Amino acid sequence: MSASFPSDSVGLVTPQTATFESPLALACGKTLERFELVYETYGMLNAERSNAVLICHALSGHHHAAGFHSADELKPGWWDAYIGPGKVIDTDRFFVVSLNNLGGCHGSTGPGSVDPQTSRQWGPTFPVMTVADWVHSQARLADRLGIERFAAVVGGSLGGMQAMQWTIAYPERVANAAVIAATPRLSAQNIAFNEVARQAIRSDPDFHDGWYADHGAIPKLGLKLARMIGHITYLSEHSMGSRFGRDLRSDQLNFGYDVEFQVESYLRHQGDTFSTRFDANTYLLMTKALDYFDPAGQYDGDLAAALAPADCPFLVVSFTTDWRFAPARSRELVNALLRAGKAVSYVNVDSPHGHDAFLLPNDQYESIFGSFMRRIDAELNGGTN
Amino acid sequence: MRADLELIYDWVPEDARILDLGCGDGTLLAALARHKSVTGYGLEIDPEGISACLTKGVNVLEQNLDDGLGNFVDDACDLVIMTQALQVLRRPDTMLDEMLRVAPECIIAFPNFAYWKHRLHLTFRGRMPVSRSLPHAWYDTPNIHLSTFQDFAKLCRDKGVTIVDEAVGSAEHEGHWTSRLWPNLFGETAIFRVRRGR
Repeated sequence: MSASFPSDSVGLVTPQTATFESPLALACGKTLERFELVYETYGMLNAERSNAVLICHALSGHHHAAGFHSADELKPGWWDAYIGPGKVIDTDRFFVVSLNNLGGCHGSTGPGSVDPQTSRQWGPTFPVMTVADWVHSQARLADRLGIERFAAVVGGSLGGMQAMQWTIAYPERVANAAVIAATPRLSAQNIAFNEVARQAIRSDPDFHDGWYADHGAIPKLGLKLARMIGHITYLSEHSMGSRFGRDLRSDQLNFGYDVEFQVESYLRHQGDTFSTRFDANTYLLMTKALDYFDPAGQYDGDLAAALAPADCPFLVVSFTTDWRFAPARSRELVNALLRAGKAVSYVNVDSPHGHDAFLLPNDQYESIFGSFMRRIDAELNGGTN
Repeated sequence: MRADLELIYDWVPEDARILDLGCGDGTLLAALARHKSVTGYGLEIDPEGISACLTKGVNVLEQNLDDGLGNFVDDACDLVIMTQALQVLRRPDTMLDEMLRVAPECIIAFPNFAYWKHRLHLTFRGRMPVSRSLPHAWYDTPNIHLSTFQDFAKLCRDKGVTIVDEAVGSAEHEGHWTSRLWPNLFGETAIFRVRRGR
């Protein structure tokens, strides 16, 4: 590890690619004949292969969860605050696996990949993925890495849904699950926000029904709007208020429609940055995966029945000011787990940061999440502490 | 383990499914899980207590007891335990109903306000008692519903709840002859084991 990285960083990391040549049947009825998954690992797999932790990413996430890709990289991976030596997910104790999901735009097979049937980019014809599809593909990656059972499957937001799905689809392969800032299904309001984001993208003249790559175009405006809408739902009224208030960029009103308030400037900046680094078809696909997730759907809405196969201790965490996936949604999950008689712990962490809180440093969150992970580590090493 | 917890530990049957209301750092649940194969959940609101439970592998839910036990179905477990929490609840009487809805039996421990030292304190100093079991001043105490050994026994009678066992304890000794003869006077902590119905 280079000395230029912080001592609690996993340091320099190199993504790897796993290629799978056997077909993967998808929920939509289609099949991926072959696919690639890009992933990173941190820490060492122990001799018993029992200390692996799977990190599942959220809507705009990817495999780069911790460390740096180069000495020049300004920002570390998206969950670096929680993954590293001595951190909550302690890479001195655990072997951490973090991948880019199918349909993503960071290297795993997705809309930007070439469809072997047509020899052109999949574009909008890439199959709509579900959380269950992702979990099946992640299980393939686990097979490849020789991981029979994860010590923990962990995720925030859409990642939490994947952790939930793991306990239903592969209960024997999950020793513990941490479901953070998630929901057992989207509300009508959640779906409505996603639909506005999708419409923003699809109505951009540069979208070309998803074939924008063929036209050498990028639907930047649509992506920007989608991100601006999404970003509002990630923050709380309080965090926006305390960060920007009604502050103006200049010291007077201009009686026009250019950027005047700081919050406008911030949102536009977030949208602009996102529109150049994220793929529109992937964004559409990810929001659909969110909308479709509803494990209770096949059980007449009985979430406890859906969770019946689960066979591991759960840690469920929500954040007080999260209104995207509010604490009440996490409690729905907790109460279903209670009805199903499962081992579950739940904490509603006090944070002003809304949905984004799951990514940010927070003493209480670190303490409870860290205690959960230390217990897992203690059990792996034979002690119950 | 605290004296009242030791006694409760002995009262809990093997393999019981329990709910511990105000479980603190999870000491009781952890000991019961390890030695009596008890399963269950603790409810706690103190962040440090919650973290300690998680470290011990005790299932813990952040839940305020004043919000009730609505997320637990009838007969969700075999036994509900509540130590040193009765007196801080908004409605101890409805909590007793809730506990006996969720389980057929429950164990409740609380500070006995009729303990002789408390009586002396009030009688001779003319001020609200402050003691080892009631360490707060009147203005900052969380204890809003203090009661006595006999008060609780009466509540059980009024509600038609059967008292299976009763005991008093103190930090120094428990079951001393004086407290067995006059629990309301010599018991610092009252412990009741009650069952639904007569």
